[in-house]
Amino acid sequence: MSALVKLNGVSKSFIRGKEELRVLTDIDLSIEEGDFFALMGPSGSGKTTLLNLIGGLDTTTAGYVQVGDTRLDELSSKALAKWRSEHVGFVFQFYNLLPVLTAQRNVELPLLLTKLSRSQRKSNAATALKVVGLEDRADHRPGELSGGQQQRVAIARAFVADPEILVCDEPTGDLDRDTADEILGLLELLNRDHGKTIIMVTHDPKAADHASHVLHLDKGRLVDQVSA
Amino acid sequence: MSRLGLMWSGLFRRRVRTCLTVFSIMIAFLLFGLLRSIADVFSVGVDIAGADRLMVAPKYSIIDPIPYRYISEIRAVDGVEAVTHANWFGGTYQDPRNFFPRYPVTPREYFDLYPELRMPAEQLDAFDNTRTGAVASVALAEKYGWAIGDKIPIEADIWPKKGGDRLWVFDLVGLYSVAENASAQDVFLLNYAYFDEARQFGEGEVGNFIVRVTDPNLAAEVSRAIDALFENSMAPTRTATEAEMQREMFNQAGRIGLVMTAILGAVFFTIVLLTGNTIAQSLRERIPEFAVLKTLGFTNGGVASLVLGEAVLLCLVGGALGLGVAALLTPWVAGTVENILPGIELGWTIVATGLGVAMLLGLAIGVLPALSANRLQIVDALRARG
Repeated sequence: MSALVKLNGVSKSFIRGKEELRVLTDIDLSIEEGDFFALMGPSGSGKTTLLNLIGGLDTTTAGYVQVGDTRLDELSSKALAKWRSEHVGFVFQFYNLLPVLTAQRNVELPLLLTKLSRSQRKSNAATALKVVGLEDRADHRPGELSGGQQQRVAIARAFVADPEILVCDEPTGDLDRDTADEILGLLELLNRDHGKTIIMVTHDPKAADHASHVLHLDKGRLVDQVSA
Repeated sequence: MSRLGLMWSGLFRRRVRTCLTVFSIMIAFLLFGLLRSIADVFSVGVDIAGADRLMVAPKYSIIDPIPYRYISEIRAVDGVEAVTHANWFGGTYQDPRNFFPRYPVTPREYFDLYPELRMPAEQLDAFDNTRTGAVASVALAEKYGWAIGDKIPIEADIWPKKGGDRLWVFDLVGLYSVAENASAQDVFLLNYAYFDEARQFGEGEVGNFIVRVTDPNLAAEVSRAIDALFENSMAPTRTATEAEMQREMFNQAGRIGLVMTAILGAVFFTIVLLTGNTIAQSLRERIPEFAVLKTLGFTNGGVASLVLGEAVLLCLVGGALGLGVAALLTPWVAGTVENILPGIELGWTIVATGLGVAMLLGLAIGVLPALSANRLQIVDALRARG
């Protein structure tokens, strides 16, 4: 297996007023294609920041992130946006669906950036909804769906454009245990059967149990790595 | 779903607010359509060619008189077929709200010049032979419940009788109808001979002449010839088509075009402020949504163009609705004021200008929110929601 995601000496600081706040310090990490990584750690340890760097939502202060052959720090803002649309799917704790769009249209959103025809976009979105078991809810708006259903729609949106990587920020943080298990099962399925590399931030040890690797972060540094 | 569909959906995030915003823009463009239609009537140039009926009016002001004796000189101009005259009588019938034009005329001449006014020959004879005679349109008679033989009292405001009496009483001796498709007014016509003899002042003067030319192609030439006759007199004239003259007379009551432009300016300024505020508020509420779009791979410019597109779409929808309603109402407005201001119509130029203005309005309103969306940092916006 080759390293799909490589972090080399990554540090990240934020400037707050006159103060420099160091969130990540000298992170080296390799994530293989097809891995299911869980990032754990206390609040403020830098998990989400690390996830944002891997997903190309933020830039490093030092070091670099490389995904496949692409160094993200070398991409322009426009190129980075294009790269995200082709290579990464995002799942958030609070789903972040567009409330005015139906489930079908929310899932179709990333496909607007592709060259697919309207009917192909519609067909692909329908297939993605079928994979997450929500084909009968395609015409419902987020407000008409439960939290678990909204997260399934968000997952469908994340993989509909067939990215290699899914980055998930506390995907079960807003759900009850049973629903959380369903969502984690779905992520496992995408990892196992569809070969998606998943990087998931979680506070929940039970959620982390679904991952093949668990990383612990503390005060911006990697503490240890556990393989399942 | 397309990007247009995405913009359209974004507009309906707050359905009531969007509907109210569209409604306010619609009202603005309804006013735009109606007022531009009216203002355009004042802005069109004098097109005298092809008109067979001309009006000879005082050159400087509609209240200046013209000597009646001009009539013979005008008759002698080459290309003039017939001439008559009229005055503005003014006055009040029972109540100042009962407004209708009253013209002292020479009966046979006048009806000859206006063949679209049709009246039985015996009634025209009666009008011609009765000093205190008057005739009205059938519509006027129906409106005020008049019948032939009635006495119609008019209280003068401009023209008292000799001796100071302001009450003129006319005998209604005829009712005329107006030919279909003719743009004639519902006028109360009285006998000039009686009026001229009985009035306290202004004897031998008229308000204007109406001229019929032998050939409409000679209209411009005849106009110039008539005006040249009196150019250096005490009462110079200005000759134009009836429609043009009516526009000018109306416009003299005030700078209509200027007033309308000022009203439109105020309306649009208010709409820009209100709509701009609404769209800015909508944008603030949707910052996390824009961050999500950027997360999915929409570029900064792509998200900014969606925001700008929404503002333009909102204004175009409101503008198109407003112009559509204006198109429906304009024929009614035109019909209502046909007598005093003919030629009102909502042309394609106004519609195209309106849509262009709507687009510019949308761009003006959307540019700042679009720039904000362009600068939006994904991580900051998502953190604000989380």
